[in-house]
Amino acid sequence: MLRSELIARLAEENPTLKGREVERIVDVIFDEIAAALERGDRVELRGFGAFSVRKRDARTGRNPRTGNAVSVEAKHVPFFKAGKELRSRLNNGHDPEDRD
Amino acid sequence: MPENTLTRADIVDRLVQKVGLTKQDSSNFLERVLELVCVELERDEDVKFARFGNFVVRRKKARVGRNPKTGEEAPISARRVVSFKPSPLLRQRVEAAQSARRD
Repeated sequence: MLRSELIARLAEENPTLKGREVERIVDVIFDEIAAALERGDRVELRGFGAFSVRKRDARTGRNPRTGNAVSVEAKHVPFFKAGKELRSRLNNGHDPEDRD
Repeated sequence: MPENTLTRADIVDRLVQKVGLTKQDSSNFLERVLELVCVELERDEDVKFARFGNFVVRRKKARVGRNPKTGEEAPISARRVVSFKPSPLLRQRVEAAQSARRD
């Protein structure tokens, strides 16, 4: 599913709204998440999942083609972990992270 | 890093402010968006938001892992997991903001 397909679907479900408005709603949602990550904040959407910023230490990487060593600087990357409900839905109703 | 947490309530407030929807409609829209993403992932379909990132479902085979604390072996069952691949733009925004903070 693409962003445009999500928008089309929501527009179909909400015939009283203009397409532009639906587009705006979707943009505000994802912009808000992106802006939080930019601030280094966490985004917690219970059931769906949580976004956070993770620090990756500097390391020596390799160019896969030549095998040459290259230094990779430390960086911060956006990270997502699926929530419990989503994990369960993907695994026959059972969250594989549960200890039983 | 001082860290705050953005929740559904914050996003709903933004929708009220910026789009002029009622709180109830904003909340319904947000839930619907998240639900539609989940439904796609359940069906093994990737969800791609240009400029934000892609959600991809991957199948992991069963393997033997280890409890990192005790070093004991522990079986890890086969499972489907969601991996999020942030867009180059989102990566860049996050990295730029973080390095600006360090300087």
